[in-house]
Amino acid sequence: MALTYILLIALALIMLLPFIWMFSASLKLDKDVFRFPIAWIPQNPQWSNYQTIWTRIPFLTFFYNSLKLTAIITFLQVATSSFAAYAFAKLEFRGRNILFLAYIASIAVPWQVYMIPQFILMRELGLVDNHMSLILLQAFTAFGVFLLRQFFISVPNELLDAARIDGLSEYGIYFRIMLPMSKPALATLTIFSAVFVWNDFMGPLIYLHSESLKTIQLGLRMFIQQYSADYSLIMAASLVSVIPVAILFLAFQRYFVEGIGTSGIKG
Amino acid sequence: MKLGVKAAHPNTPSKRRKELRKNLIAYSFILPNLLGFAIFTLVPMVFSLGLALTSWDGANQVSWVGLQNFKDLLDDSTFRISLENTLWYVGGTVPLTMVCALGLAVLLNQPIRGRNLFRTIYFFPYVASLVAVAVVWNMLFFPSAGPVNEFLRALGVANPPRWSASVDWAMPTVIMASIWRNMGYYMIIYLAALQGIPSILYEAAAIDGANAWQKFRYVTVPMLTPATFFISIMLTITSFKVFDLILVMTNGGPGRATNVLVMHTYNTAFRQFKFGYSSAIAMVLFALVMIITIVQFTMERRWVEYSQL
Repeated sequence: MALTYILLIALALIMLLPFIWMFSASLKLDKDVFRFPIAWIPQNPQWSNYQTIWTRIPFLTFFYNSLKLTAIITFLQVATSSFAAYAFAKLEFRGRNILFLAYIASIAVPWQVYMIPQFILMRELGLVDNHMSLILLQAFTAFGVFLLRQFFISVPNELLDAARIDGLSEYGIYFRIMLPMSKPALATLTIFSAVFVWNDFMGPLIYLHSESLKTIQLGLRMFIQQYSADYSLIMAASLVSVIPVAILFLAFQRYFVEGIGTSGIKG
Repeated sequence: MKLGVKAAHPNTPSKRRKELRKNLIAYSFILPNLLGFAIFTLVPMVFSLGLALTSWDGANQVSWVGLQNFKDLLDDSTFRISLENTLWYVGGTVPLTMVCALGLAVLLNQPIRGRNLFRTIYFFPYVASLVAVAVVWNMLFFPSAGPVNEFLRALGVANPPRWSASVDWAMPTVIMASIWRNMGYYMIIYLAALQGIPSILYEAAAIDGANAWQKFRYVTVPMLTPATFFISIMLTITSFKVFDLILVMTNGGPGRATNVLVMHTYNTAFRQFKFGYSSAIAMVLFALVMIITIVQFTMERRWVEYSQL
């Protein structure tokens, strides 16, 4: 048993050391970042690094853009997915199975396979270099429908039938029974989606070119390229980019873990 | 129709109207998502195949070239290298990530204190952004003065590897980073599956005198095959699409040592504006993923054991 703990702690250190090193390096002078042996606690912490990063590049704009996209896309994804998932889970209609099969099949196809036609479509719509392109591409996912359907199916039909007998419409059932009962599922999709959008790199790389529209991930890469020798600033900027997701994750990690455990999917 | 009393005359107008109403209500629920999904996912999916048969710079006339793009791929050395690199990455990442994820899950499935804390820690790299993760890895594995090499030198390794700056080590470095990042995610799937194994099976094995290894080999591993199957498919699909990690860590280099298919697709489309040719590369990626997924599904029956319990 002691061996188990030693192993678990050693592995935990391997997972955490890069982040600890990141934090430690972010508080150093550039010339001290690679000094060996490593001074884990800097003697003279340079907290000013955390102020400097906001002035070197428009980090605040990038931060705001990421927040905006994350909030809008996540909201739309949860709204449209849960609406559709209700029908797939609890209503019978023509074409249900074939439609659901199309949804499932699309999850297995890497989106990079059709990213070029998507780009051409967006260009025809005049939405390249516009946040709308990313919103439209990411707000209507098959993944969200699939995830929520799995949860919705487990809500007992008797409950819905009783509501129908009481004269509640399907919309009433969705809003007043399904949604309140599936808060954990909605929380799961919310953080899946928010973490994905916040961390997304390739989508913004393809669609966002103006500096005023770029997201935090693009900004971080730009920072790395422009100030490649300012090691401590790069580490400070990287850490700042991880903080929102870390907070979200720590607050809701129970749902995240349950969501993966039960449905597994997403990559 | 499962609900309510069956109508005496199933084809009466009222029955049909009811049926229509039911369909309309259902479609009203699906429509907001379906519209977006159809326009921005399904339609592009269908078009990508057609695009692969054309030559188009995105501005001038589209010209139909049939299979010419695919013929050109045969002579494209960057494509060949990208294909090899992709397979190398997938072949390294998939099995190693699975073994690490299973190991972590088995460790964590014991009656230990602080299980949730450990689980959270192992999982955290997965939610941290790839750009941040890639840049910190590059700094830790910096060839000249990075902490990893300083540590190796302190241990007496005179010439530690040059990691992502070396043609030979770049891909292993990327693979290590990806295992480190992803294993916590797959660990959770394994952990959920482990917790679903009925304890009665272990008790029965104990009565038969099985030791810890035999219990693992003859109870745990077979009971986990559905999870293993699922994970192998998910991991294969995600590994074929690797891009962000490589772009930030090595940008495909040094030379073309870590150039992968998605990167070649991206560069061809968005740097050289050869949309048709790029779509052909994307089709190869698609075909590879599909073939491997189908093979995995056909092999399923041979090794995946679905429990009757």
